[in-house]
Amino acid sequence: MNDDHALKNPILESRLFVFRLFFAVLVVGLMAGVLLWRYYHLQVIRHEGLVTLSDRNRVLVEPVPPTRGLIFDRNGVLLADNRPSFNLSIVVERAGDLDVLMEELNSLIGVSDSEKARFSKQLDRHRRPYEPVPLRLDLSEREQGVLAVNEYHLPGVKVTVQSLRNYPFGQELAHVLGYVGRINDTEIQALNSVRYSGTIVMGKTGIEKYYENELLGEVGYQTVETNARGRVMQQLERTDPVPGKDLQLYLDSRLQHEAYEALAGQRGAVVAIEIATGGVLAMASGPTFDPNEFVTGISFDHYDALLNSPDRPLFDRVLQGQYPPGSTVKPLYGLAALESGTIGTAHRIYDPGFYQLKNKEHKYRDWKKGGHGSKIYLRDAIVQSCDTFFYDAGVKMTIDTLSLYGSRFGFGQKTGIDMPTERAGIMPSRAWKRGARGLAWYPGDTVNTSIGQGFTLVTPMQLAVATARMASRGEMRSPQLVRKQHAVPPPAGKIQASESNWNYIHQAMQDVVHNRRGTAQGINRGLKYHIAGKTGTAQVVGIKQDEEYDAETVAMRNRDHALFIAFAPVENPRIAVSVIVENGEHGSSTAAPVARKLIDAFMAYYPEQGGQY
Amino acid sequence: MSQGDFVRHMGSSGTGIHGAPSQWQKFHMDFPLLVLLMVLAGVGLFVLYSASGQSAHYVNRQLTYYGVGLLAMLVMAQIPPRFLERWGALPYIGGVLLLMGVLFFGVGAKGAQRWLEIGGFRFQPSEILKIAVPLMLAQYLGQRALPPNFKHVFFALIFIGIPPVLVVLQPDLGTAILIGVSGFFVLFLAGLPKRYLGFVGLAVMVALPLMWFYVLHDYQKQRILTMFNPEADKLGSGWNIIQSTIAIGSGGLHGKGWMQGTQSQLDFLPESHTDFIIAVLAEEFGLIGVMLLIGLYLLIILRCVIICLRAQSMFGRLLAGSITLTFFVYIFVNMAMVSGILPVVGVPLPMVSYGGTSIVTLMLGFGMLMSVSTERKRSV
Repeated sequence: MNDDHALKNPILESRLFVFRLFFAVLVVGLMAGVLLWRYYHLQVIRHEGLVTLSDRNRVLVEPVPPTRGLIFDRNGVLLADNRPSFNLSIVVERAGDLDVLMEELNSLIGVSDSEKARFSKQLDRHRRPYEPVPLRLDLSEREQGVLAVNEYHLPGVKVTVQSLRNYPFGQELAHVLGYVGRINDTEIQALNSVRYSGTIVMGKTGIEKYYENELLGEVGYQTVETNARGRVMQQLERTDPVPGKDLQLYLDSRLQHEAYEALAGQRGAVVAIEIATGGVLAMASGPTFDPNEFVTGISFDHYDALLNSPDRPLFDRVLQGQYPPGSTVKPLYGLAALESGTIGTAHRIYDPGFYQLKNKEHKYRDWKKGGHGSKIYLRDAIVQSCDTFFYDAGVKMTIDTLSLYGSRFGFGQKTGIDMPTERAGIMPSRAWKRGARGLAWYPGDTVNTSIGQGFTLVTPMQLAVATARMASRGEMRSPQLVRKQHAVPPPAGKIQASESNWNYIHQAMQDVVHNRRGTAQGINRGLKYHIAGKTGTAQVVGIKQDEEYDAETVAMRNRDHALFIAFAPVENPRIAVSVIVENGEHGSSTAAPVARKLIDAFMAYYPEQGGQY
Repeated sequence: MSQGDFVRHMGSSGTGIHGAPSQWQKFHMDFPLLVLLMVLAGVGLFVLYSASGQSAHYVNRQLTYYGVGLLAMLVMAQIPPRFLERWGALPYIGGVLLLMGVLFFGVGAKGAQRWLEIGGFRFQPSEILKIAVPLMLAQYLGQRALPPNFKHVFFALIFIGIPPVLVVLQPDLGTAILIGVSGFFVLFLAGLPKRYLGFVGLAVMVALPLMWFYVLHDYQKQRILTMFNPEADKLGSGWNIIQSTIAIGSGGLHGKGWMQGTQSQLDFLPESHTDFIIAVLAEEFGLIGVMLLIGLYLLIILRCVIICLRAQSMFGRLLAGSITLTFFVYIFVNMAMVSGILPVVGVPLPMVSYGGTSIVTLMLGFGMLMSVSTERKRSV
């Protein structure tokens, strides 16, 4: 060490130090230049791009979903409205570890597997960044409280208020209104994603689906400033959404209630139509279900139960149930026989209880053993529902006439009602059989068709429409659920028939109810007005699901369907009704009383013509 | 600057004429440096108020740190350089022992053991080394004939090398490099021969890949990879750097205004009051603000360089020079990492970032500079 000191040369060392220091200062200057260049590069050259990124960070364009249009009945009673619902959503971008978060949420409010599955399914879909993904709709007050308290350690969790569909009448209107439900994967493909941004539900069935476009409204936007945790700090601008259009139905909720009550949980359908307009006053299908469950997302188990129930509560029998109309077609074919000139009002037959085609052994039996006896005129054949008379008349008219008139009354084609799903039924004809079955038409087919059996299938709605056309003396209207604001359109056409023939058939139908021999005379007690009606019984042929062990059930489900059609008052018809009670056996005993109740209610609520609205 | 200097110089020569020095003149400090540092502290408080979300709490604490730092600096300034030189090895030895203590008894934070807890008081021994290493090296080399011969370089490198290795084990790579660099600066200023410079360069080149595979932890590698491609992990390690780049860039030339920076005020910017505070300044005061800050830093460095040049002993020169250059390295590393041209290592922005340890350490360093600056006065 001492040697080292000996060699020290202060001047030289000092000069070396100064030289080195200046070199270092030069490097410092250069590096300061590098920093300045870098900040210049970011703040001047890349400034605009980074401003955009900064705005994109903080400024979020949020869609403001419109409130869905309300649905009212004809008297302004609310049938579908919106109520506030507190929904739990997650902004995945801010959530951090999603599994941890889910675990946390599960311990707080209990997240079910089906909710998780639905959530992760929704995650996979295309969505805008920072768009909240709903996990649970309609939080209970307790859940809201728990989430509010724990918010600080639940990153990305958002509780938002959204309006949710509510059906105050629940089951009663399930098939008519349908329901809204969460938009699923297939639906989202076909949607206008802009219009639906922020909207998580759409109409799935019924009016909700058919009028989706009107009910939805137009989406609004708000630009908000959010912080890094997604909390909205302030609103910058806002375009208000346009709420969906409100709809008013022809339907009367009181009559609907009557129809629902009258079915009393039986499998069947009831339809009532306002004849003057074609407006549907009531349409009930039983059994039914609660549409409110579908709004928030029904559990898989419960949905399975509904779907697999042998009573098929999700199935809308009014528009999709296809039944043989049975004897309810008799007034219609009676008119056809008169109008086609096949028979006259003086034509009469003797009914031995069966009918035989020429040179054929086979006996087509009347429902009444031993027959209705002699001097059976058309009127008697309708009042007592004589099959033999119509076998004979049908064969004489040929299938072509039956088919022509059946079609005019609406069989075999969709009624054109404003509902998303409707079956057309079958009005058989030669062409139909060749096309559908590849077979020629046999006279025996005509025999079956003439009493509404065989190939013929109709929906309860078609039956009601046919009845309304009968009542209005041929005005061809399509049934309508939603009342359009403009005046009632004129009928699409008119079934031509002479006044006397209309009168004859109307009178015969009135006698079905009011004559002591009428098949529906059981409902005429205490009637203060005249009902025209016709009973029907439809044979149930081999139902697949009945291959079961429960003998009682099997027997029950093989019973005939009971049908009844009616209109009233006869002198100035205002309401047309069709009723089907599955496995109800006799139209007179099970279906007709339902119609009576409904018409009674209608007459009570609307005692005078025209004073409805 | 030079004028203030001149005035002070006049003052000190006046002492000679009038005899007994006043109490004030016995007090050692460098007035221009003090003023510049106070201005910097003022700027720092101003920015911190905004960066912390108008938190009086942070500002008050920071004010306390400045107070403690100022006290430490002025006390340090009173210690004669000779004394520092004589005992220069002590902090180094103590520091190294504490670092070993950390490895065995350290307290963890965020997966790394950096803290030592003594009597409820927590501190990072590695901070001591930031000053102790240049002190040790200046002490060692200041007494040797310069430029240093092979033996001295060899020992110097060993002195430089031990603390960083211990710090790397904590692991805290950023601090380790900064400690090593501060020691290396002494060696460089002492006139390390150019051929050794080449050798050191070569050693670094060889060490880099070795470090990548054997020394660096995954998170450290991640940080380096993130620097090259922050988009690869936008919400993870890339988030900080993306957000700070956006903050700086969106500030533009004039800035968004004090407390108007959306990136920092809306919490997009992480660590906005500590390591990333320059991004707040850049966002709210723009390039103009950045240039003024860099200007202020350069003025401080200029003043420090003047002190270096006027130092009386080689020890003083080396110590002051190393502290000055290390100060700049802190500035550079911080501003470069926040703007995305260096990987994110935990280096605060000197005197501006919130945090007591850094401020007190820095001001202790400036205290030594002041001590060196008045060396001449003592010798009169």
